[in-house]
Formats: sequence, structure tokens, C-alpha cells
Amino acid sequence: MYTTNASRGLPRHRSRYPAERYTRWALRGLVAALVLALLWLVLAFHLHGQPIFALLFLVLGAALGVVFSRRRLMSHRYIFPAVAGMALFVIFPLLYTIGISFSNYSSSNLLSEERVRSQLLSRTYQEESATFGFQLYSTDEGVRLHLEREGRPSESGGNVDEGEAEAEAALRGVTRFTTGPIPLEGEGPRHVQIHPAEGEPVGEPLAMREVIAYRAALQNLVLATPEGLELRMAGLRHFAPMLDRFEARDDGSLYDRRDDRLLIADRETGFFVTDEGERITPGWPVAVGLDNYARIFLDPDIRGPFIQIFVWTFAFAGLTVLFTLMVGFVLASLLQWDQLRGKALYRTLLILPYAVPAFISILIFKGMFNQHFGEINLILDALFGVRPGWFTDPWLARSMLLIVNTWLGYPYMLLLCMGLIQSIPKDLYEASAVDGGGPLTNLFQITLPLIIKPLTPLLIACFAFNFNNFVLIALLTGGNPDILGASTPAGTTDLLVSYTYRIAFQDAGQNFGLAAAIATLIFVLVAGLALLNLRLAKVRV
Amino acid sequence: MAMVQPRTLRWRKLAAHLSLCGFLVLILFPLLLVISISFREGNFATGSLIPESFSLEHWSLALGIPWERADGSVVQPPFPVLLWLWNSIKVALVSSLLIVLLSTTSAYAFARMRFAGKGPILKGMLIFQMFPAVLSLVALYALFDRLGQFVGWLGINTHGALIVASLGAVALHIWTIKGYFESIDGSLEEAAMVDGASTWQAFRYILLPLSLPILMVVFILAFVMSIMEYPMASVLLVDEHKLTLAVGAQQYLADHNQRWGNFAAAAVLSGLPITVAFLICQRWIIGGLTAGA
Repeated sequence: MYTTNASRGLPRHRSRYPAERYTRWALRGLVAALVLALLWLVLAFHLHGQPIFALLFLVLGAALGVVFSRRRLMSHRYIFPAVAGMALFVIFPLLYTIGISFSNYSSSNLLSEERVRSQLLSRTYQEESATFGFQLYSTDEGVRLHLEREGRPSESGGNVDEGEAEAEAALRGVTRFTTGPIPLEGEGPRHVQIHPAEGEPVGEPLAMREVIAYRAALQNLVLATPEGLELRMAGLRHFAPMLDRFEARDDGSLYDRRDDRLLIADRETGFFVTDEGERITPGWPVAVGLDNYARIFLDPDIRGPFIQIFVWTFAFAGLTVLFTLMVGFVLASLLQWDQLRGKALYRTLLILPYAVPAFISILIFKGMFNQHFGEINLILDALFGVRPGWFTDPWLARSMLLIVNTWLGYPYMLLLCMGLIQSIPKDLYEASAVDGGGPLTNLFQITLPLIIKPLTPLLIACFAFNFNNFVLIALLTGGNPDILGASTPAGTTDLLVSYTYRIAFQDAGQNFGLAAAIATLIFVLVAGLALLNLRLAKVRV
Repeated sequence: MAMVQPRTLRWRKLAAHLSLCGFLVLILFPLLLVISISFREGNFATGSLIPESFSLEHWSLALGIPWERADGSVVQPPFPVLLWLWNSIKVALVSSLLIVLLSTTSAYAFARMRFAGKGPILKGMLIFQMFPAVLSLVALYALFDRLGQFVGWLGINTHGALIVASLGAVALHIWTIKGYFESIDGSLEEAAMVDGASTWQAFRYILLPLSLPILMVVFILAFVMSIMEYPMASVLLVDEHKLTLAVGAQQYLADHNQRWGNFAAAAVLSGLPITVAFLICQRWIIGGLTAGA
């Protein structure tokens, strides 16, 4: 093997061939355009208040510029695209996940603090002291709305609350409003100007039945008085003024005008809280330190299911490796037997389960194991008169997973073992035959010891793969049946990965922080396995 | 050929054949069953392995053609299977082409060049590759959600996002190709470079044509992996007409409404081409698997 120092490879001078010159310039242009595009992304993220993502693309763009402009880094140009891809889609998500694990990011703490604030500030409520009854009058061009005030100004004198005072000021004592003809069609909120009515409307109002028919359109109406007060539908017979519910104070707190209380931003929990400690949702994500990890290890409703799933994950991965290895090894030894005919056909048929896309064969098994209609239970019923509940009994569900996974996984082991057995020198078997050794002696005294060493790293990789075998669980059982008494969605057949996925994406709570903490723990385990694998495989680079 | 032959050889051969055939029956039962069900009437109808009531209804529906029953009622296809298959193939083709492109150039540098950080980068790639994408789905979702605000074709519910996301999984392929490059004698390129070829030219005109077989293997492996990818597609894709086959197929067997017969036809229809392609390429795929391992 030889190695080259690429920076010596490319001639420094201007190339004699025009095509090569143009290619170089085109490449430089491409790199420049990419850098500019990345910088534009950086700016866009920065302006939208996403500092982490801005930083990510800044690093990426800077690395691109440096690698492709310095001659010393000529070799790195070849690996840059792949390394950048990994950095962007493997390493960054990993770091981001670890970051999330120290926060309370969840479906109730999703938006940034500013977004929460602006969302609360855009909330409105109905001022009930000033409601208007309404009636519809049909005209040629649509309907005309006539509003008549029902609520009376509060008579308690000094005890008028802020919202009521605002409504009274805007109404200026007007008690009747009317609109022009409005066509009640179309979707989406519509703003309609109303003005004080001079007198009683003419004609017969529409009956309740027709009002109900117009209900959807009426609910979309926003009626604005000349002073800018907005009225909305507040029931089948009423319109009422909508007022801003919250008022921003200078010290950052919010004043709730409906319930007359002060909300203070609590940066420990990520919620606005009242004096009584009530939390107003939505909240925003804040750092909570090791809370998520503490919950996994200390909260009994989480720790119990977590340990159960942890043990099952190890058992599942270990048993899968054991079973697939056993089946694959025995078959491989049989297929290596010189005297056996038709080996090519056997081999092709035996690796069929490997050739069928896994998501299809897993779903086939899901149908076959169905308790009432599945073929397996039909056969068992005919033979023994039993119909096991494969999806409802935890232990049956677990054994079903192992059966299916052995079916899916043994061809890989078969292929590996066949490859390795071929490299065993044949005279060992000759010598064994001379000594009177049978096939079993050969199997356990010669074949197995000789292939187990090169096989070990592959077995560890296989273990790690099944440790994270999300697709099988998601498509076959979905983790069910559930563990009783767990406070997070946890199933008896869940592996750690599918458990994490369910916490993050399936539960109503969508607790990304907790899911990220478990993901981080899994990463530590898997990274340990990978290091062990590197050590055992004696990888040299 | 062994010199010493035990006398019981014939019995042993017979036993081996019998046990292999028995095992094959057990293994192939699910596959044969699905083919049989796809030609059988009704969803979840019970019956023998050889269909008694033959019907092409499920096949017609799987191909997207409405089926008229004997009583005159017309059944509409429940899901756009062919569209899903096309989505899967489209995404898999583009992403495996890009993966081959990226991993070949990187593998060349890793195999033939000396540069700072080579060992740590290679080892680091292997370790990070073992971390499954399922676990960082929240982060990936956030990334594509934000990217989609500025770059439309990279947002949630686009195939672009799915293709780009698969580019993170190149480490295994880089290792495979690197192993193959190292098995090719470097003196060929050295000779070319003595004659005045640049590094790139030596790579493009000498090494690349020699390594076409391994590039095919990596392409097929990446293609199969991409077709079977489930978790990322299940989170990134939302609309029914955007789904890939792996995500869409499970809708046939929803917990409360299992369409076993329709699923069987769709499964055979979409699984067969992949299976046949795999069996045709099996020799190279096996080589690639053991080279990468």
C-alpha cells in the first residue's frame, strides 16, 4: 500500500488544458455559492432567534470555506462532504438530543418565551357586562344584522372593573347597532363595520331555525364599532365585545384583566404563574439540570418500568443473537458438507427471509399471529384446541417477537458462518476422521472454536443492532401490552428505543426532555459496545 | 475429498435432506401463505393454503383499479400502493446515488492519503454510526422543521428531507469501499502519477474503473436500506400521498380494521421486485456484507 500527500498532487501552475481550467473555476464558483447559501441560512436563523441552528450552519460554512481554500487541506476536500453529512445529520442531532435532556422541552413547554408572551397577549375574553342580542333581517343582497344592547352598565358605582370601563367608554352609551347587507358565505374570519342604528329595523326577523343555518358564518364575523370595539358571537342569541385579556406590565409580568390577577414569569419552571402558584399553559423550555435523569432513577413510577424495559432489551438482543447464531451455524455446517447435493438451491431458499423487505415480513407475521383470524391460531386450534393471545399476554408477546426475529435474522448468521467455515483448512477434518471423530465432534471441537473468534465482533454488532431494533417492535406489537401503573407510556415488549420514541412522539404529554435523557443513556451504552467492538476487531486505520 | 468415509453416510445424507426440507417448509410457510391469501376472497377469510374461492379482487385493488363485485357493488382501492412504491423507489434511488458519490471520494482519501485526523475520524464515524437515528428524531425533526422555513424542499413532509437525512449514514459504506481500495495495488496509480497524472486523475481514470463491482454492491446495499427505512420516514412524512411503502403498508393492518387480503396482494406486489433483485445480486451483496463487517 502506498499513500500520497495530495497537496503535492495537483500542479500549481495554470493548466494547459482549457477544459481543466474551466472545471477548476466552476468548482471554485460552486464552493463560493455554497458558502454564500450557508451564510444566508446563518443570517436567517439568527434573525429568527434560533442561535443554535445559526451556529451550526456558521461552523459548516466556515469549515467549507477553509477546507476548499487552503492547499494544505487538499486531502480533506475528498472527505469533507461525507464528514459534513455525518456532522449535520448524526452528530448535531446527537448533541442537540443531549442538550434537550437537560431541559423540560415537551408539548406543554414548546415555544420560546417571547412566543408564549405574544400568544398570551393575543388572547381575548368576552366582556359580559355589555352583551347585545341580535336579529337577522333578510335583504336581496344578503342579511342585515341588528344588535340591541341587553346588559346594563354596572350600578355598583366605584366597583367597575377595567374591562367594563373600557367597553363603556367605547360604546358611549349607544345601545343599538346595525350593519349593511352582508352575504353570509365563504370561510375565514371577516371584519364588518357596524354603525349606530337610527331606529327600529323594518321587516320581520328571521326565525331561529334560519339563524342556526347561518351559525358557522356568523361565528366568523368580527363586528367593529366606529370606536374600534370588536364584537363576536357569544352564543346563539348574543354578540359581546372581545377585549384583550392580558396586559403587559413594564417589569415583564402580565396582568390578567378578566380574573384580576398578576402573572409572573417563572424562569425555573418555564411557566407564567399566579400568586397562588397556578401555572398558565403554554410554557417555554428552560434548563432543569439533571431532573430528567433523576426522574428515571428515583421516581418509582418511571424507574420500575424503565428497569423492566432495560432488562427485556438486553434479554431480547442477547437471545436473538443466540437463537439466530444457533440456527445459522447448524445450517451453515450442513450446507458446507461436501456430500450434500443441491446446496445452491438450499442456500437460495434459506436466505429468502433476508431478501424479503423486513417491513413486509413483520406485517405478514402480525397478521398470522392474530388471535382470532390468524393462521397460526387456526392451526393450533385444530391440533390442540388452544388459541393463545399472542398480543395480549406479555410472555407470549415476547416469545412471538423472538420467533419472528429469529426468522428474520438467521440468514445473516448463515451467510457469515458459511463465509468463515470456508476458511477452515480441510485437513483438520481429515485428521479428525482418522482419529474416529464424528460430525458432532467436528462441529464442537473444530468448527465452532475456529470461527467464534472472528465472529465475535460481528456478534457484538448484531447485538447492538437488535438492542436498537425499533422497526420490529413498532410494526409488530407497538410495545403492547402495556405495563400497568406506569406514568409514562411503557409496554412489556418495548425496547429502550421504542420506549423513547413513544415518550417523545406518542403520548399526549410528548415529553421530549425525558425521552432525550433515555436516548443519552442508550447512546452511552451503545458507544461502549462500539468501542469494545473496535478493540475486539483490532481495527487498524 | 475425505479419505475416510463412515459407513452410515447414506443415512446421514438422508437425514440432512429431510431436516433441511422440514426446516424450509417451516420457513417458507409465511411467504407462501401470503401469496395464497392474496388470491383468496375476503379480508381475513379462513381457508386452506390452496385457495378454494379464487378471486383477483385484492390484486385489482392493489394495482389501483376499482373492483366490481358479483353483487354489483364497486370497491375502491383503499390505499395508493403504486404511488407509495414509486415514492420509495424515487427516494431510494436518489439517496443511494448520493451515498455512493460521497462515500467513494471519502474512501479514496482514507485509503490512499495521509492527513491529520485520519484515524480518529474513521473510528469516530464507526462509533457514531451505531447510534440509531430513532433516538435523535426529535432533533432531526426540529432541524428539518426550521430548515423548511427557509428552504422549501427540505421541510417536513418533503422527500428532499428524507433523502438528505439519509446522507448521514455513510460511515459503513466508506469502510466497505475503503477496504476494497486497499486491496488494489497502489503501484498502478503511482505509475500514472509518475507519468504526470494528478491525484484526481489517478483516482478517476485508474482506480475508479477497477472498483466498479464494489460500487455496485454499495449502491444495492444503500438502496435496500433506504427502501426499508421506517422511523425517519414515519416522522418526516405526513400526507398519505407522500408516504413511502414502509410507512404506508402498516396502515393495512391497523388494530381495528385489518385488511389482511388487501395487504397480502400489496405486499406481494411491492415485495417481489425487491426480493427478486436481492436474489439476483445475492453473490455481490454477501461479498459486501462481509467486507463491511
